[in-house]
Amino acid sequence: MKTKLAAPYLVWMALFTVIPLLIVAYYALTDSQTGQFTLANLQNLGNYIPILIKSIWLALISSIICLVIGYPVAYYIASRSELKQRILYMLIMLPMCISFLLRTLAWVALTEDTGIINNFIMALGLKPLPLIRNNGAVVLGMVYNYLPYMIMPLYSVIVKIDGRLVEAAQDLGCNNAGVFKRVILPLSMPGIVSGFTMVFVPAVSTFYISQKLGSSGTTLIGDVIESQFKTAYNPNLGAALSLVLMVVIFICIGVMNRFGDDEEVITV
Amino acid sequence: MKRFFAALLTLLMLLALAPVLPSPTASAEEVTINVYNWGQYISDGSDGYIDVNAAFTEATGIKVNYMTFDSNETMYTKLKTGGSSYDVIIPSDYMIARLIEEDMLEELDFDNIPNYSLIGDAYKNTAYDPDNKYSVPYTWGTVGIIYNSKYVDEADVGSWDLLWNEKYSGKILMFNNPRDAFAISELLLGIDVNSENEDELRSAAYKLIEQKPLVQSYVMDEIFGKMEREEAWIAPYYAGDYLLMAKENPDLRFYFPEEGFNLFIDAMCIPKGCQNKEAAEAYINFLCSAEISGENLDYLGYSTPVPDAKEFMDPETAASDIAYPDTETLSHGVAFMNLSQATSQLTDSLWLEVKTQGSVDTYAIVCMAAVAALTVVYFAVHEARKKKRLRNRCKRWKE
Repeated sequence: MKTKLAAPYLVWMALFTVIPLLIVAYYALTDSQTGQFTLANLQNLGNYIPILIKSIWLALISSIICLVIGYPVAYYIASRSELKQRILYMLIMLPMCISFLLRTLAWVALTEDTGIINNFIMALGLKPLPLIRNNGAVVLGMVYNYLPYMIMPLYSVIVKIDGRLVEAAQDLGCNNAGVFKRVILPLSMPGIVSGFTMVFVPAVSTFYISQKLGSSGTTLIGDVIESQFKTAYNPNLGAALSLVLMVVIFICIGVMNRFGDDEEVITV
Repeated sequence: MKRFFAALLTLLMLLALAPVLPSPTASAEEVTINVYNWGQYISDGSDGYIDVNAAFTEATGIKVNYMTFDSNETMYTKLKTGGSSYDVIIPSDYMIARLIEEDMLEELDFDNIPNYSLIGDAYKNTAYDPDNKYSVPYTWGTVGIIYNSKYVDEADVGSWDLLWNEKYSGKILMFNNPRDAFAISELLLGIDVNSENEDELRSAAYKLIEQKPLVQSYVMDEIFGKMEREEAWIAPYYAGDYLLMAKENPDLRFYFPEEGFNLFIDAMCIPKGCQNKEAAEAYINFLCSAEISGENLDYLGYSTPVPDAKEFMDPETAASDIAYPDTETLSHGVAFMNLSQATSQLTDSLWLEVKTQGSVDTYAIVCMAAVAALTVVYFAVHEARKKKRLRNRCKRWKE
């Protein structure tokens, strides 16, 4: 019965996940002119390692900021009454109903040299701030756009933590900091890991945010891949880059999952 | 219940595929053509000007599915990767030559395009389509520099080197396509814009890399907003678009750089794989009628290849020396030729070098190395502690 219900999605996955992946691998390993097998696309990737590292770095910073902002929010929502929880959850979700592109463009309008914030600052007689076209603006764009992906899994894990465990710890003489460190944090670790993954993966491969909010020097790996498919007509190099990016993302997720696994071992 | 949801989901997924299939309700007489044109490149009814596509549908009953691209290269990639079929495309000269060479265009049936006779002789027998078999000119124009007279000193104006002027660092925009960007660099260096020499192309690329720290961003049609809002002060762009921008911000000025500039023709073609060739030809014919060309380009600011069309324009636009420069100015214009595939590829890879240059961020690399080292140390310490704890537990159990 269960396998029958899963059938539509399994077919879907085969058609639209597995086969496309094979096509990506095929392009990455063939020559753009002759279609012959070659490793040249992968050998050329050395030039893009600094860009890859920069993309990972900015994505990592964004994920950490999302976690720092998102955890207290998730905890706060989870500890409200059921009605309030629903309202707050809705409010977190609400911006996601508006197109991602539009929200990023709104940040451009806010942070530009002639944007809303700087116009306000200048009206006060102060010098305009360099708010846009730097790494900080790219991180801001990533944090803003992906924060709900951090809060949602954290909330759903924290809300399920059994209140009696907290009471038990308190009864046994644990102070608030201790309760958080020894009970709540270990139990919310799965939420942290999945939230981190859900922010990190789209952030590391983004191209739109860096194009709109970044400078001409903040070219990320996603921008390079996009240009190969969109204008340069070199899908082979684009595919090779995507393949490498995918492997790097898998490695990063693997490392993050180990952080999660470890906590479980300690609680045993 | 679960089964119901599964069925519903499957149905929804199938529905998502539906637009690919021909809809059975569409009557046989309803024809739609897919038109693929540059962004901001047709009068769409704004500011009280004509809505060209609506007028065409009204005149012929043929519906227009209108889509846009932001550079010749984007259009080429879209055509090449397939998956979509267009009936009319409007690329520039050198790209048309490339499409002809790669056998991607249909020959036009000029019996269906009687208005072709209205096109001026200067726009026939061109280098890109010498036998006039594949294309009908839509507009022609020039590339120059647009600047904001409020911020830019008149003394700095005149050459392409304004785009390299450090005084305006961070306020300069640049083309986001290799052909136009390389041409500017080549003109400044005195290299032929159609050069196929690798060393020359490399030196042009170095010139662009030199410019990069001054460039606010590499953009195409976003130039409109950025120049009008004064977010940027200097940008190289198409003369026709300058006229459109100047309507919004009267401080904007335009000049033809003294080293020469690109003179282009954008023409309408029918790509292979077209579904409704006759309807497509009707569309082409419609666009080069004197009245439509006049009213359309009156709004666009680009120059019309149909001499009679000027009668249907605002006399001021028709007399503009930016849209219709004198022959002396025009003699400094150079047309782009189709480059060999090897050169195109070299240009593309050099362009990628320009775009990715300067993104080596030592700070990020050092930080990432530190993060990696800390992670390794964390796991090592953790592992050691775990083993110790396990050992202690065993010891206690033995005792």
